[in-house]
Amino acid sequence: MIFVGELSDLPPGESVRVEGDVAIAVFNVDGELHAIDDTCTHQDASLSDGWLEGCAVECPLHAACFDLRTGRPDGPPAKKPVRTHEVSLHDGLIYVHESTRAGADTVAAADAVAEEVS
Amino acid sequence: MERITVVGASLAGLSSARALRNHGFDGRITVIGAEKHAPYDRPPLSKEFLAGDASEDDIRLAEDDDAELEIDWVLGRAATALAPRERHVLLDDGSRVDSDGLVLATGARARTLPESVPDGVHTLRTLDDAHALRRELAPGARLVVIGAGFIGTEIASTAAGLGCEVDVVDAATVPLERVLGAEMGAVCSRLHARNGVRLHPGSRLAELLGQPRVSGVRLTDGRELPADVVVVGIGAQPNVEWLEGSGVSLDDGIRTDARGRTNIPEIVAAGDCANAYRTYTAAPMRLEHWTNALHQPAASAAALLGQEHTAPAHHAVPYFWSDQYGHKIQFAGHRTEDCTVHVDEGNPDGDGFLAVYTNAHGSPTGVLAIDRGRSFGRWRRRLAARE
Repeated sequence: MIFVGELSDLPPGESVRVEGDVAIAVFNVDGELHAIDDTCTHQDASLSDGWLEGCAVECPLHAACFDLRTGRPDGPPAKKPVRTHEVSLHDGLIYVHESTRAGADTVAAADAVAEEVS
Repeated sequence: MERITVVGASLAGLSSARALRNHGFDGRITVIGAEKHAPYDRPPLSKEFLAGDASEDDIRLAEDDDAELEIDWVLGRAATALAPRERHVLLDDGSRVDSDGLVLATGARARTLPESVPDGVHTLRTLDDAHALRRELAPGARLVVIGAGFIGTEIASTAAGLGCEVDVVDAATVPLERVLGAEMGAVCSRLHARNGVRLHPGSRLAELLGQPRVSGVRLTDGRELPADVVVVGIGAQPNVEWLEGSGVSLDDGIRTDARGRTNIPEIVAAGDCANAYRTYTAAPMRLEHWTNALHQPAASAAALLGQEHTAPAHHAVPYFWSDQYGHKIQFAGHRTEDCTVHVDEGNPDGDGFLAVYTNAHGSPTGVLAIDRGRSFGRWRRRLAARE
């Protein structure tokens, strides 16, 4: 569990970047909190710097759009989803629970490797 | 309309095919590409791919889902002529492709020196170009770059990172002067200097030395710079010669309206080859920006199918980025000669900044950011809403 900060410091429409095993971006969409991997799957860019449009964030560099609920890109240039993470709120403090499961593609790749090994 | 041919198989061509399907077209789509390669992403060719940090697979543009587009690919074949009324496209193997509608997306190519050049002199536009240049950029190699535009400065940055000795020659006083102006170009000059790249402003190439392989360059002021490798980065020109005499209106590319329509019915254009009317500048402009090649096809494909298309407002603001020496440079909008520029955030010689270009009427027309992605995104939308 990663401590993000106080909810009062993350008003609606804002985002913040925190360090987990990898960097994670946390967004406040009209009071609803979402967390995804911070690094765009297309090329190196920080999604916490991106533009929030409804429940999607647009990468600040090349305009790839990711759904904050599923991590899926809505089309080019990104091909792979970002991981999503659970967010919880206790006494006005925000926490992120980093997913151990990687995105669907990575899981499939890991399974393929496991099969090869066994 | 049952058969649509897209001439050009790079980002604009692939995006056109995707857009046609998105708009509900279920007829035959043929995509013709002069290169033998399946569509790939060009920006990394001067950056991650040239550095060896990205593979051909990494820069592939087609996705798994694209199989559903059911495209007939004709790759490794260049279009040589167009019969506009019949909408016949002739290819360089003598074959003919017939269609009911056409998207012209033939892009641009690297401008070259008029005379023949010795070995070791490169341009960079295609995957094959990038492979050839990559082989030559060994640590310690002496590279001279002719031209301090985007391609030249990005190659200088990548080559410096690979341990090459780099000189950049340009007629202007600072890099990227035409786009960014003198003041912000000077910021870029310091970026190169801090990374050990030598700039030679106000200099012109007189002669390439060495035969059969290049050994240096002589400048018009008589100075000679030794070189193991030379890159000529003097811009690009639209691939439209094949349309000469076809009746399609040409003027620095293919003239189109804001929706991508040419002067000929059922023929639209998109991407680097299209000199389209831009609502942002209220004038026609040919853009070689990646985002233009990504977004413009949606409008052109809709126009071809007779459909309405509304793009997000900020897509109308021209936008490009560049990565140099680990810094993300972003520019949106348009700089005119009457513009003044002021730093709105950060410090040009610190860890990132954002600068705003304002025209003679006091209205912001452009924004430049280095390592200020978040503020830049807001400004780009502010520019879109300025009317």
